[in-house]
Amino acid sequence: MAVYVIKRIVVSIMTLLLIMCITFLLMNAIPGSPFLTEKSTPEMIERANAKYGLDKPLYVQLFNYVKNYARGDLGTSLKMQEGTSVSTILFGQGKFELSIKLGVISLLLAVVVGIPLGCIAAYNRGKWVDGFLRVMTTVGVAVPTFVLAGLLLIGFAVNLHWLPTKSNSLPDFKSYVMPVISLSFYYTCYVAKLTRTSMLDAINQDYIRTARAKGVKTRMLILKHALRNSLIPVITYLGPVMAGIITGSFVVESTFSIPGLGKYFVQSVLNRDYPVIMATTVILSALVIFMNLVVDIAYKIVDPRITLTGKED
Amino acid sequence: MEKDNKNLLEIKDLKVSFFTPAGEVKAVNGISYSLGYNEVMGIVGESGSGKSVEAYSVIGLLQSPGKVVGGSITFEGENVLDFTEEQMRQFRGNKVSMIFQNPMTCLNPVYTIGNQLIEALMCHDKGYTREAARKRAIEMLELVGINNAEKRIDQYPHEFSGGMRQRAMIAMALICEPKLLIADEPTTALDVTIQAQILELMKDLQHKANTSIIFITHNLGVVAEICDRVSVMYAGHIVEQGDVNDVFYDPQHPYTRGLLSSTPRMDEVTRERLVPIEGTPIDLLNPPTGCNFGPRCKHCMKICLREKPPLVEVGERHYSACWLHFKKEDEQEEAET
Repeated sequence: MAVYVIKRIVVSIMTLLLIMCITFLLMNAIPGSPFLTEKSTPEMIERANAKYGLDKPLYVQLFNYVKNYARGDLGTSLKMQEGTSVSTILFGQGKFELSIKLGVISLLLAVVVGIPLGCIAAYNRGKWVDGFLRVMTTVGVAVPTFVLAGLLLIGFAVNLHWLPTKSNSLPDFKSYVMPVISLSFYYTCYVAKLTRTSMLDAINQDYIRTARAKGVKTRMLILKHALRNSLIPVITYLGPVMAGIITGSFVVESTFSIPGLGKYFVQSVLNRDYPVIMATTVILSALVIFMNLVVDIAYKIVDPRITLTGKED
Repeated sequence: MEKDNKNLLEIKDLKVSFFTPAGEVKAVNGISYSLGYNEVMGIVGESGSGKSVEAYSVIGLLQSPGKVVGGSITFEGENVLDFTEEQMRQFRGNKVSMIFQNPMTCLNPVYTIGNQLIEALMCHDKGYTREAARKRAIEMLELVGINNAEKRIDQYPHEFSGGMRQRAMIAMALICEPKLLIADEPTTALDVTIQAQILELMKDLQHKANTSIIFITHNLGVVAEICDRVSVMYAGHIVEQGDVNDVFYDPQHPYTRGLLSSTPRMDEVTRERLVPIEGTPIDLLNPPTGCNFGPRCKHCMKICLREKPPLVEVGERHYSACWLHFKKEDEQEEAET
């Protein structure tokens, strides 16, 4: 196990390097320059390029990135206030924590609500409960976050005044409610759909018949025998989603005025702010890679037939 | 047949249908038999003859769209079909248990063998503590011939071979000391040497535990090996029933004869060809009005195509459903074959 994890970490570092190279090349493949505006003259652009080292050959720039990242230095923003470091932009004022907190709570909600809903639907297959849940989950997967967030705002904040319109830094429980629901609803519905499908598959397996023949209670059939066998697809889905839910919070964060990380993922690309693009991409990739490792270890816990040898890497 | 109190299981005129979009499929169409204590009954027949469906209805494992539409199943004087869901659950695994065809898929892959054995014991409130149940599970594994049971009990099904898994399945089925064990083709998925071992084991355990067995198979050799009595099923009906020796040495129904002559024999050195039964099984959606076997039968008469033959006694505890028993002398009525 330890050997496996170490192997995976080494591979992860190489993956990250590759991602940096690709991101760097893609950034530079886009025509134009970060300093190009209506007013800027060629001299101004040249000066700015020289100042931030953008006049050097590409391989030197890339090498500098890698060297600085290895030292933990994410660089300086090209567009924000003079000399603002990228780490301040992304991690300052608890932005990163805020996004992570929102993401983790939403994901937990998706798991805690979605999996039981899937079980209920599968167990009551073809009955009205199943029909209701099917409609609900389909709607949940289809409705865009901004629509849901808007509806919640109008309903609970504007009309009923139950919840605050601005969640700011999520100071209390009330401020969490709407952002978390908006962010997690899609994932809850998707998890419920996935659980239902794989649960139905598991219910028809021979070992469920064996358990029934033993006289196992129906509740235990579902919760013990079928559920654990149907978790693999759900776990597979949840890993990458964890990373996505943090970046995907852009809409939710702007709707509820939460000063989180989400908007920088979008802004940096629009601004052509190379160091910020690089940092956000690397952070997101690292999260995805880390979650995949967690998923692989979770597989092993759920299904004893899976062995972690690290050979297939 | 015999009186109720002598029999463990009494099935009367059982009818099971599957309600499919294409129509009602009468998978089991009025079968009756009784099973005594310590008796091993073989049920043979080809695929789709209703032998498994019949057994599933005894243990209440019929899944929708299958449904018992008539008849009764009496187990120790109680009608199983009247049980509530909870009574049925207590009945399953406790009084009647079942082993299945494919041991590779019948054990839950994510729980240890021990966990599954103990569960079988614990879900019928027999007053076992966890430790006592574990001890009992180890005993059972030893009983079915699994070496090093102390260690094996904590292993997962994928660490067991096919034969070992079937042994574990048998241990699991017998852990609550059921009065009846239904074995649904338990050796079909195993290779021949393992088959013989499992049969030996089942015979041995049957004597030790005084369990009655319903043994479902299409392998006549297996029936001869283990069963006391045998029912031959064809298209949802029992066509012949009797003691194994009577049925095998003196088959009365043309279908039984056909089955026997299409089975290779080890005790004869002749180089005779095997004789297949011509034709294909009937479509259960549109069963014929007459004898179900009529369209394939070499001795088919006019009456065979008009009316279903009743099950008549042709010897001591030997029954057969064929018009030939009524019309043996009436040769001129025989239609072209």
